[in-house]
Amino acid sequence: MGARKYAYLCSAILVVATIVVLVARGGPRLAVDFTGGTVIEAVLTPKEPADRVRSALDKAGIRQAEIQSVGTEGEYLFRFQQTGAKEDMFTLIKEAIQKEMPGTQVELRRADAVGPKIGKELRSKSIWAVLFALGGILVYVGLRYEFIFAVGAVISLFHDVLITLGVMTFLGREFTLTVLAALLTIAGYSINDTIVVFDRIREQSRLLRRESLKDVIDLSVNQTLSRTVLTSFTVILTVLALLVLGGEVIRDFALCMFIGVFFGTYSSTYVASALALDIHGPEAKAMRR
Amino acid sequence: MYKNLRWKALLVAVITVASVYYLLPSMRIYGLSPQQRAALPVEEMAKLRDKALKLGLDLQGGMHLVLEVDKTGLKEKEAADAVDRAIEVVRNRVDQFGVAEPLIQKQGENRIVVQLPGLLDPERAKTLIGQTALLEFVIVASPDETKELLDRLDTFVAQRVPAVRDTAKYPYFDPAKPISSRMLTIELGGVFFSEEDAPDVQKFIEEAGADTLLPLDARLAWSAESEPFQGRPGKVLYFLEKKPELTGAEVATARVGINLDPDRPNSPGVSLTLTRGGATIFSRVTGANIGKQMAIVLDGKVRSAPVIRTKIPRGEASITGNFSDKEAADLSIVLRAGALPAPLSVIEERTVGPSLGQDSIAKGITAGLVGSLFVIAFMCIYYRLSGILAIFAMVLNVWFLLAALAGFHGTLTLPGIAGIVLTIGMSVDANVLIFERIREELRTGKTIARSIEFGYQRAFRTILDSNVTTLISSAVLFQFGTGPVKGFAVTLSIGLIANMFTAVFVTKLIYDALVSRRRLESLSI
Repeated sequence: MGARKYAYLCSAILVVATIVVLVARGGPRLAVDFTGGTVIEAVLTPKEPADRVRSALDKAGIRQAEIQSVGTEGEYLFRFQQTGAKEDMFTLIKEAIQKEMPGTQVELRRADAVGPKIGKELRSKSIWAVLFALGGILVYVGLRYEFIFAVGAVISLFHDVLITLGVMTFLGREFTLTVLAALLTIAGYSINDTIVVFDRIREQSRLLRRESLKDVIDLSVNQTLSRTVLTSFTVILTVLALLVLGGEVIRDFALCMFIGVFFGTYSSTYVASALALDIHGPEAKAMRR
Repeated sequence: MYKNLRWKALLVAVITVASVYYLLPSMRIYGLSPQQRAALPVEEMAKLRDKALKLGLDLQGGMHLVLEVDKTGLKEKEAADAVDRAIEVVRNRVDQFGVAEPLIQKQGENRIVVQLPGLLDPERAKTLIGQTALLEFVIVASPDETKELLDRLDTFVAQRVPAVRDTAKYPYFDPAKPISSRMLTIELGGVFFSEEDAPDVQKFIEEAGADTLLPLDARLAWSAESEPFQGRPGKVLYFLEKKPELTGAEVATARVGINLDPDRPNSPGVSLTLTRGGATIFSRVTGANIGKQMAIVLDGKVRSAPVIRTKIPRGEASITGNFSDKEAADLSIVLRAGALPAPLSVIEERTVGPSLGQDSIAKGITAGLVGSLFVIAFMCIYYRLSGILAIFAMVLNVWFLLAALAGFHGTLTLPGIAGIVLTIGMSVDANVLIFERIREELRTGKTIARSIEFGYQRAFRTILDSNVTTLISSAVLFQFGTGPVKGFAVTLSIGLIANMFTAVFVTKLIYDALVSRRRLESLSI
């Protein structure tokens, strides 16, 4: 636990970095799920360069689109702020492109149009979801272990989720509903390692009544280290498969899980127990339980 | 200690067999080739479909719509069941559109969720669903009446709207007669404007508030399509009587027909047959208004305004215009199904094309298989034979997960597949904890039997707590999430619950069986 100063320092740096990134980028890059708007993904055969596509849309009077080329197979993403135009946006885009470049096939891969009302609702639902999840975990862990430990665990969870969010924002990834799902899953999962350590702490303190809390925690962390690393390792293996092979629809989710699990392991091992020790304070020389 | 082994083994066998039973329909449906599927009798197919795993829209392709019913403008009595009536109308329209297994449900107070799997033409579907489809038959003002009304409109608009317009651009513009100076001609009951001028004229009318304030005994309506005038496209403004003689409620059926308009041979249109009561009214109205025009108005726009030449006793009418085959078909569907009680707006749309859906399935399955291989390799190398035991538990876990999903009629989405892949990674976690514990106990010198016993006992608390915390997150996601995210929450939750059974109960059972049968010298762990 002497290392805990380093752990705190490292975490503090990361948290500050995250806050800087979030402020600099104006928050995470929210997807249409949360902001409202339209996203259309279409495949053009044969492929056309983005400029031609843009000018085709311009000529048809579609000016407010953000056009992005995706992948190598002629896929394009079209983003609009507004939704619910009188006519279907995809039809308009298709007509515009075919007028300019006749003979081009335009195939719809997906279209998402979210009205502002729904966007707002999802934003507030998401915040409640995070609060409920963290709250639920706090209550459960508090009941099963000491409350102080639960607080330490949830603080380290919160810092996990925050830093994962920061990394995702730094990498410029879009924050969709599924990414939120990944964050919540990370919250529920990375506490597992913390629980393994807490369990060991409780067991050891029963056996080693003479030792100080600090030493018990140290011992527990060391004994369980292989366990926490291994369990995270198996999950990372599968998440890696998802990330590399799962396709672009699930990629952001997989990336978020990857960062979160990786980081969560570190934090559960060092940060949670360190917090538990420090919150407990100097008066506790041995655990009650 | 080992007496209960028989019962435990029986329990596992029963659950496994039940799982096979639940999964069989899914395996049949997704395992058959399309030709074999087509060869199945319809009822059997329907039964299989019902019991098999459903694929979400993001895997099947299709459209998900959330519509909001705009209740403003409805009286309180009407507003109460407006949403239910709207659902009926939408359901009728969708049924006739021919989508297999559509889902139409009320959501909250004012919303309707529509899911159309396997939809090939989302644009058409949206138009079909969203159209209010209010059909009215209204008498048009006679030419004299039209002239008089036009004058009154001119005066009204001139008084209210500032006449600051670019006379260079509009050389015919006369501020005293802002409307009629723009017109091309009056033909019968309609005032012709060029197509470019029409939006401006409408703006004038709206600015002056003419459509609501002017004490006309008439109402204004534009033509739906452009009518040619001397070779140029134009739009016609009609002065209609305030009350319609008939509405869509009196239409018994509507059918696509060809050659309904002598001016448009071979062009499709919609022929209407009125109800008995409607036919009687129609006969009376046409008899009383010979020489005048009857406008057929759809959603506030005049589709056509033929002159009534004779009394029409048989209650038949037709709507003609510049229709494509599909448009005529859709219009007949919409008229048959009835008008919506209130306008609907699309507040959320998620459409996935079929190619993306299939792509996602393929990629998801590949990721799952490769991920499993990684995990299998690791477990076997690190824990040797015990690792194989853990893998066996993992396979059972996924198997039970899929069976439960099919049994609950759950839907598999792409995040759901991700949930299964995560379950694969998380399911061996429990075993890792147990095995590490067993190793520890072995190191302290306990016998194999006791090490196993203690290993499971001590590890169980941790496994329980770990799974419950992840379950809490899952439950929150289920509660607050939508569609695909819900699918993820479901697979993850079922996976974790099944995990407690397979990773702990089943593996322990096998260990116990091994230990009670022979004296193990060493444990491959």
